[in-house]
Amino acid sequence: MNSLQNYLLLSALLFSIGLAGALIRRNAILVLIGIELMLNAANLNLIAFWRFGPNPAALTGVMFAIFSISIAAAEAAVGLGIILAAYRHSRTTDLDQMNSLKG
Amino acid sequence: MNVIFLILAAISVVGTAAAMSLRNAVHCVLALTLGLTGTAALYLQLSAQFVGFTQIMVYVGAVAILAVFAIMMTHQPEPSKPPTFSTFWAWGGIVAASVFSVLAWAIHFSPVSRQPPSPQPDTSVRQIGDALMHRFVLPLEIMGLLLTAALIGAVVIAMDRKEEIK
Repeated sequence: MNSLQNYLLLSALLFSIGLAGALIRRNAILVLIGIELMLNAANLNLIAFWRFGPNPAALTGVMFAIFSISIAAAEAAVGLGIILAAYRHSRTTDLDQMNSLKG
Repeated sequence: MNVIFLILAAISVVGTAAAMSLRNAVHCVLALTLGLTGTAALYLQLSAQFVGFTQIMVYVGAVAILAVFAIMMTHQPEPSKPPTFSTFWAWGGIVAASVFSVLAWAIHFSPVSRQPPSPQPDTSVRQIGDALMHRFVLPLEIMGLLLTAALIGAVVIAMDRKEEIK
């Protein structure tokens, strides 16, 4: 069995990759995917803490992860809807070209 | 640290890194499914089977397909390919690297991260269902309301309003 440290380090690495992608990609859809990856890394943290915590029979970590996955699904649906609406308006998903707030 | 953990961690990291660095957006989503499947396998290794299969169904099944649809609907053929990364990509990389170093420093010196695992918990789907229906029933209801509102809102936002204007 691995130590908690390995899981936390892996989760931190996945979080940083997602953060880097969300910060530097130009495509808006891939920025959203980067945010999903950050949520996913947080889920891995929750599950690891639940497994190595003092009372895994209470299932709190599992519940937290399930609710977090649901939130991520809702966020993906709304985010992609917003991207589609913005694309219909400005005909681009390039974030460097989306530089105007006025409609 | 055993071999299975190393393999699964490598799959997750390679998949997510490829998802954030490849040029073609569809390839990015395919790499994303690889990374998310690796994480789901890690959940299975942590004896959270239900979360692992939920991860595969929701992330790999729904979110990735949704992203592919969005990529197809926003695709425009361009003769000159724009650069993949933003103009300030170096700053983004520095921020991400510093976040990782702070997190790794905190994890390395934390006494919590060295504790041994608890004895194997009994997490059958029956127990999860019991917990969802008794202790966590209010969060479950709120989650259902939130999902309904979010999906209706997504449809309303993404709807083409040209017919209404005419």
